[in-house]
Amino acid sequence: MSHTSWSNSRWTSRLGTAVAFVAVAIAAILIGLPFFWMVTTALKDWKEVMIFPPVWFPAKPQWQNFSVAWQQEPFGRYYVNSTITMVSGTIAEVLIAIFSAYALARIQYRHREAVFLVILAAMMIPSQMSLIPNYVTTYRLGWIDTYMGLVVPSVSSVFGTFLLRQAFMSMSPELFDAAKIDGAGHLYSLFGIAMPLATPVIATLTLYLASAKWNHYLWPLIVTNSRNMRTLPLGLAWLSREGEYGEVGEQHKMAAVLIVLIPMFVIYFLAQKQLIEGISAGALKG
Amino acid sequence: MRISLPFSKARKQSAARTPGSSKLRRKETLTFWAFIGPNLLLFAVFTFWPLVASGSWSFVRWDLISPTKTWVGLGNYRKMLDDPVFWKVVRNTLWVGASALVIRTPLALVLAVLLNRRLPGSQVFRAIIFSPRFTNKIAMAMVWAWIFDGQFGLLRAPLDLLGLTSPDWLLDTTWALPAVIIVLTWSGLGYAMVIFLSGLQSIPPVLYEAAKVDGASEWVLFSRITMPMISPTTFFVMITSVIGALKVFAIPNILTDGGPLWSSATYLLYLYDNAFNWFKVGYGSALAVVLFLFILLITFVQNRLSKRWVHYN
Repeated sequence: MSHTSWSNSRWTSRLGTAVAFVAVAIAAILIGLPFFWMVTTALKDWKEVMIFPPVWFPAKPQWQNFSVAWQQEPFGRYYVNSTITMVSGTIAEVLIAIFSAYALARIQYRHREAVFLVILAAMMIPSQMSLIPNYVTTYRLGWIDTYMGLVVPSVSSVFGTFLLRQAFMSMSPELFDAAKIDGAGHLYSLFGIAMPLATPVIATLTLYLASAKWNHYLWPLIVTNSRNMRTLPLGLAWLSREGEYGEVGEQHKMAAVLIVLIPMFVIYFLAQKQLIEGISAGALKG
Repeated sequence: MRISLPFSKARKQSAARTPGSSKLRRKETLTFWAFIGPNLLLFAVFTFWPLVASGSWSFVRWDLISPTKTWVGLGNYRKMLDDPVFWKVVRNTLWVGASALVIRTPLALVLAVLLNRRLPGSQVFRAIIFSPRFTNKIAMAMVWAWIFDGQFGLLRAPLDLLGLTSPDWLLDTTWALPAVIIVLTWSGLGYAMVIFLSGLQSIPPVLYEAAKVDGASEWVLFSRITMPMISPTTFFVMITSVIGALKVFAIPNILTDGGPLWSSATYLLYLYDNAFNWFKVGYGSALAVVLFLFILLITFVQNRLSKRWVHYN
């Protein structure tokens, strides 16, 4: 290989990288633009909102938009509702997944595989199929407009059970045998051996479930009636409709959107790597 | 989706079990059921029973409140065939699925291939492009509703520059569905890209090095190595795109609520309206059954096709 062709190919490779960089940067800007627009709109005066061509930045940031937005709907209450729903639902589902996965991976039982197939079958049934019957069940249990109704119907675990079963099965049996010889039961094996070793997987699962539950919209929409029981996504949805009567400006809506999104952005910023990798791992495995 | 079943391993372990330990075995069995019981109970009540209930309610007329259900046989299904709105939402949902296949999937693949070149700042780009997936859908839909505003919307600006009149996107029967599709593409692109990226990263670099030694061009590398090696990933993304279209709800619900005149209504939106706004439980259940059958069909086709077309190493 001559010297010139070598440097030539390196040059094309650099050009390729430059083109790729520009293309990806454009895509990132286009995808990030709505977020930017949301932030600047939230800080604008109404005269800067109702104008064309659009103004990119407010002359003076209108921070009071946030307090106006906060008063439009009981967002404090919505925050409490969303937090209770997310925290209790996530803890319940993670625990259910841990116990199920341990049973399927580490407890000897003749029909274990049959039970596993039942759980596999549950994966085939989309939750959208269950909306109407689950509403009826929730109603019969007297759980409409309660935290129980918001949380319980969606804490059964397929995805987490798979993920953790895989993790528990990959652990070396000697670890567990030693504990068994010392007379330790399954609870010790689970919480003393299996769980600490699976911490990264459990953390990923927890993050994934927490963000999914925080963003739930359809089920809370169905199962709540009173304003007091609405979660944040529902509160936003109501605000977006109130806006149609012209009392709430776009700047207030965008401020409300930011009030809801900022905690999520902080979490995303801190745990972005785990979230992305967890989700892609989950997609390929589950 | 590949799941390793533990049959062989379990056999080996149970063979090693000490004889005469029936008491211990009973204790093991009890522990097993205690550990997995809650999950199975929840499945029974909130997943399997709904399947049976939806199936049987699809043959009745019921308003959710009255104590009696009226048997109508196949009436709900027959009504579906004659219901123009049903066909409208089916068509809309197919458009959403098709857009995911022909717009979102190739775009995601291209972005993943580009990002995989170890670009400077690729972590930041990946985080930005993925971020809509993590953002609350209601919040995103509200921002987009504002961007689509016919008078003051941001999207009017580039259209004006091109000398085009901006439609009033969300109030226009022609443009409401494209608007919904734009938002869905925007929000789902990053997820598909991340899945592609992890597929790309699982390709052994040796393959590329060997081909490069033989003087293969970038295009040859892409079409002869990358594409076949990530075909399982591509297949996964395509299948989830089609199934995903059936589950779209929040974004059209906020943007247009299916309007105007059902022009942007998707399948689940119509199911919701029937069941929870109009209390047509029977018809809603029939819609749910059809949705379920459709997903079963796709999964079945997926299994068949993936054996024939997809290259698993």
